[in-house]
Amino acid sequence: MPLQTPPLRGLHDERGAKFTEFGGWDMPVEFDSIQTEHAAVRDDAGIFDVSHMGQIHVTGPDATELMQRLTSNDVSRLAVGDSQYAAITDEDGIIIDDTVVYRLPDEDEQPTYLFVPNAGTDESTHERWLSYRNEWDLEATVDNQTDEYAMFAVQGPNAPGLVEDITDESVTDLERFEAQYATIDDVECWTARTGYTGEDGFELIVPSTAAEKIWTAIDCQPCGLGARDTLRIEAGLLLAGQDFDHEDDPRTPYEAGIGFTVALETAFVGRDALAERDEAGVDERLVGFQLIDRGVPRHGYDITTTESRVIGTVTSGTMSPTLAQPIGLGYVPVEYAEPGTTLQVVVRGQSKKARVETIPFIDTA
Amino acid sequence: MSFDTPDDRRYLESHEWAHETDGVVRVGISDFAQDELGDVVFVELPDEGDALEQEGEFGVVESIKAVSDLYAPVSGEVVAVNDDLFDAPELVNDDPFGDGWMLEIDPDDTDELEDLLTADEYEDQIA
Repeated sequence: MPLQTPPLRGLHDERGAKFTEFGGWDMPVEFDSIQTEHAAVRDDAGIFDVSHMGQIHVTGPDATELMQRLTSNDVSRLAVGDSQYAAITDEDGIIIDDTVVYRLPDEDEQPTYLFVPNAGTDESTHERWLSYRNEWDLEATVDNQTDEYAMFAVQGPNAPGLVEDITDESVTDLERFEAQYATIDDVECWTARTGYTGEDGFELIVPSTAAEKIWTAIDCQPCGLGARDTLRIEAGLLLAGQDFDHEDDPRTPYEAGIGFTVALETAFVGRDALAERDEAGVDERLVGFQLIDRGVPRHGYDITTTESRVIGTVTSGTMSPTLAQPIGLGYVPVEYAEPGTTLQVVVRGQSKKARVETIPFIDTA
Repeated sequence: MSFDTPDDRRYLESHEWAHETDGVVRVGISDFAQDELGDVVFVELPDEGDALEQEGEFGVVESIKAVSDLYAPVSGEVVAVNDDLFDAPELVNDDPFGDGWMLEIDPDDTDELEDLLTADEYEDQIA
C-alpha cells in the first residue's frame, strides 16, 4: 500500500527533511538534528507537522452519548472549548488507542466533537464509531476528516507568543486543554492548548488547503518525529503501538499509568472490566527508568532483576537530550515499580544497571 | 546533499573508512554514515589488544534513532581506541574523518586494504 503523505511533504523535502514511515504515513523524522530540534522545543519553540494524526468529527443529538460510551473519560464534563485525554478501550478494558477529545462549538445547535486518534487508526476508529452508533441506534453523524485537515504542533516556552502573534483573536488566555477557533490569515484554525512534549504550546488543526500558509507564518525551528519521540519520552507520555499495543502488548489504562482517564462513573465499553481491575489492583505497571551503566535502552529489550531474572520489557527508550542520560519506559511487576528500585536492562546480551525513576523525567509545563 | 569522501583512504560498503599511516590502520565511519545516523550518542568499542577479523563486527555506534554495527576493514590487533568518544560521541558527527576516529589496528596484512572500496567506488555506492 502506498504511504499517505502530509499536505506539506514537498515543502519539508525542500527544507532538507529526512523522512520515515510512521503509521502508514511518510513523515519528516528530522529537519536538522534531533538534538537541535529537541533543544529548541525545551528552550524556545519548535513546530511539528503531525498531519498523520486522525481527525474524526461527531455531531448530532446523541453525539455526547456516543462519545461517552466509546471513550474512557467523562465527556459530559466538556463545555465548548474544553478537551480531555482519553483511552479507547475494548470490552476487557484493554487500550485500543489513546486520543484527545475536543468539544467544538455546537453545529446546528447540536453538541459537536472532534477527536484525534493515532496515525493509521482513523479508518478503524471511524468504523468502530459507526458500528456502535448503529448498534445502539444513536442519532449522530460521524465523519472521518483526516484527509481534510493538516495538524501542526507549536511547542516550547516561546510557542504561545508565536501563535498569539499571528491569530486575530487572543489565544493566550486559554488554559491547558482549552481550545477555540482562531483566525490566521483569514483561515479558521482550531487552536488548542495541548501537546505531546511536556512544554507549553498549541496544536493547530487547519484545513489542508491552507496548510502551507499557516506553516510558513510560524517562524521557528521545524521539528520531526525524532524529536517528538525524545520529547514525549522525557515527559513520560505514551506512544500507541509501542507503550501499549492492543495485539502485541495488551494493557489497561491502570497498567499504562493513565488511570486518570478512566471515569468509572460513566458507562463506556470496557467500564465493567476496568471496575474489576480497579478493585483488584494491577500486577504490572509502566515505570520510567534511567540506565546507570553506559548504553541506550530500546523498545523490546528485556528488563531483569539484579539476579538477571526477566521481569519485563522496555517499551520506549532513548538517550535523553535534556538530561544527557539514557532513559526508558517499560512494564514491571508492581513490587519492582517503586522509584529508586535497582533493575537491569539487557543491551545486546549485556546486563546494564538501571534505576526506577518517577515520570515525567523532567519538569513539565 | 553531498558528502566528504577523502581519497586518502579506503572504505567498506558498510561505511567504515580505513586510513593507513606507518603500518597502522586508523578506522572510523564516513560522513555519509554519520549523517544517516543523526546525533551519535553512544559508541561501544573493543579493548586494546583484541584481535579483529576483516569484516568482523568490532563494535556498535548508536544515534538517538538507530543502532548500527561496526565492521573491521582489516584483520589485526587493536592498538588504540579513541577514548574521547565515550564522553563526546558527537565527535563522530562533528569530525568523522578526524577527531571522530574509533580505532587503530596493527594489521596482519596491509594488502587487505586493497580489498576495500576506493573513494570513487564508495562515492558511487552512496550516490
